[in-house]
Amino acid sequence: MPIVYPHKTAMPCRDPQERRRNWDEVAEGYTAERAIAEAHRCLNCQDPVCEQGCPVNVPIREFVRRVALGDFEGAARTIRRRNLLPAICGRVCPVEHQCESRCVLAPHQDPVGIGRLERFVADWERQHGNGEQTAAPEVWRDQKIAIVGSGPAGLTVASDLAQLGYPVTIFEALHAFGGVLRYGIPQYRLPKEIVDEDVEHLKRLGVEFVRDVIIGKTVTIDQLVDEFGYSAVFVGTGAGSPIFMNIPGENLKGIYSANEFLTRVNLMRAYSPAYDTPVRSPRRAAVIGAGDTAMDAVRCSIRLGAEEAHIVYRRSEQEKGARAEDYERARDEGVIFDWLTLPQRFLGDENGWVRGLECIRTELGEPDESGRRRPVPVPGSEFTMAADVVVIALGTNPNPLVPQTTYGLDVDGHGCIVADPQTGATSRAGVYAGGDIVTGGATVILAMGAGREAATAIHEYLQQRADREAEQFVAGAEDVLDAGSPLLNG
Amino acid sequence: MDTTARIIDKRDLTDITKLFVVHAPLVARNAAPGQFVILRVTETGERIPISITDFSRAAGTITIVIQEVGRTTALVGALGVGEVFLDFAGPLGLAAPLPSQGHAVLIGGGFGTGAVFPLARELRSRGVRVSSIVGARTRDLVILADLLATESDEVHVCTNDGSLGYRGFVTGRLEELMDAGAGFTHCFAVGPMPMMRAVATTTRRRGLPAMVSLDPLMVDGTGMCGGCRVTVGGKSFFACVDGPFFDAHQVDFDEADARLMTYKEQETLAGELAGLGR
Repeated sequence: MPIVYPHKTAMPCRDPQERRRNWDEVAEGYTAERAIAEAHRCLNCQDPVCEQGCPVNVPIREFVRRVALGDFEGAARTIRRRNLLPAICGRVCPVEHQCESRCVLAPHQDPVGIGRLERFVADWERQHGNGEQTAAPEVWRDQKIAIVGSGPAGLTVASDLAQLGYPVTIFEALHAFGGVLRYGIPQYRLPKEIVDEDVEHLKRLGVEFVRDVIIGKTVTIDQLVDEFGYSAVFVGTGAGSPIFMNIPGENLKGIYSANEFLTRVNLMRAYSPAYDTPVRSPRRAAVIGAGDTAMDAVRCSIRLGAEEAHIVYRRSEQEKGARAEDYERARDEGVIFDWLTLPQRFLGDENGWVRGLECIRTELGEPDESGRRRPVPVPGSEFTMAADVVVIALGTNPNPLVPQTTYGLDVDGHGCIVADPQTGATSRAGVYAGGDIVTGGATVILAMGAGREAATAIHEYLQQRADREAEQFVAGAEDVLDAGSPLLNG
Repeated sequence: MDTTARIIDKRDLTDITKLFVVHAPLVARNAAPGQFVILRVTETGERIPISITDFSRAAGTITIVIQEVGRTTALVGALGVGEVFLDFAGPLGLAAPLPSQGHAVLIGGGFGTGAVFPLARELRSRGVRVSSIVGARTRDLVILADLLATESDEVHVCTNDGSLGYRGFVTGRLEELMDAGAGFTHCFAVGPMPMMRAVATTTRRRGLPAMVSLDPLMVDGTGMCGGCRVTVGGKSFFACVDGPFFDAHQVDFDEADARLMTYKEQETLAGELAGLGR
């Protein structure tokens, strides 16, 4: 094995003390020199196992090799063959569980910084402007496709099918596009300008974006098919419905779901004086949960001015769901982690505002059905923690609006739409689904992977249907000829 | 698909209460009595839920009534015929659970009167007898009694100061009618929180089933944020997707009241900045 520098090339980050009071992007990205240095750590494996760890199969070896050669444009082209949202994925993918976990360097030293390189290439491409390369197809097919939800799954399906020449319409319930990329992931981690650019890119591809339409309310899926003439529908509505703890005091003022808190902050820009959106300014924030969303909420609360911001989690550091990078950044920004701590009820003041949490310490017992060790309350360890803003980040359930209003669409016991894992096909012919609405809360890249599979399946389905209809048309025409058309005989 | 929502008619009902007829065919096509829309007027503005007062699928219109009580509603009030809403999304929420027989009493307080009109029309079309009670502080603030009369078997107007109709609260008139043997089987009330609470208390005592339409703070209106949670019968619900109508006798009004006041300080400040000193 050749000698490789054991550590990833560092990516400059803004100083924690400076960044914790503003919304600018934390990680500054590689320079060209650093990117080339990092790309040189890649061994160019005969069998690039890293690529098997990528849900959309980015040709990682090839793009990294191009970066090493300084061919950034070629690298960008290589990534775009498989991934239309590289600037986003390069920032939010949990690479340590995906491509980088497979890197052959990984057992003994740092893996190649694939995520950082992807981000570098995407940013280089944005700065050197080649978005104009993609133009709308010259001839559109006549089978229209409706996409429900403009999050990562929907954007991927739209891109793939538009490039195949299908007229695509994306329906979004909110007033801005991007789904979780817009309302969920904060500005300091994913600048919204990037989401805007990706949406614009799809508009140039000819994708129609329609906002303020709640599928299941404004228009149902059955109406999209029967009345608006869509030949296929993709449902990518995400895991919309926040899970609460169902413990006393949960409806006190100042207690938010992560969805509400993040939507107020990210989509509605509560932090900006230019916007009318209110949110309670925290002094002592407590965020319950330890996944990616919890890290987003706790770091937002710091940026909103919290003097103290806590993560409260009933298991230990080991079991946390957050990406390593975001966890470390939260720690650097001064977040206090209360592991093995289970809230039992919320305490309020005389005006109905939350003032604290009553918690109990836990210890870990046997593994539960999730494979993680079950937290068991320690008797007599109750204590009170002060908090004037509480954010509950315990995950989400699927939003029932589409399943409830779509005839013959099967859901499982959790309310997730049942879809073929290979194709996204649902129990309704012509209706496909992917992303969190199928899997429950997962990641951006998995949603994109599901979107990619569904786009392929929708294309096959529509081609078969077109062939069948053509056959029927020919058969029908032959029947007419056999019967002897008066016009022909006349 | 066209989602433009253009104002085609506007009427001043009081100094601060305005009625808009909005051409929004996509919203009108699936609208049902009891539902609401969420609208936005500026790029930096809030999303606010507003009850649907009337809808016509044939004309493609949605009618709404706005009371200027804060910054956003003041911005709406300033819009004129021909202008468009930046966002106008709906219909949201569930249709009101209306009966198919009996004698319904509909109670509208203040600008909530608009929201009971589509219920009256639907109830009448189902053959349900409809009595309406309309309440306001004073004569000049009574709105839409004439409109409601077109879909009611009888309309009773109440004012706190007695300047028009019955002198006193809607609940006083409700009890009077019940004492006189009106034989109500169902009650639906929409209005300010104190009025709905009073209706709940009265109807509970008198054993009359009652539903109220809750309008808590909302963000998305599609069940995504849970900001609109209300406690009904000891359980937490999202008003946007489980409501807006709930069993009046089971609603935790103390909590609903408190939650409605969450941003009162910010709203008062924003209202003052918007020139709403009243």
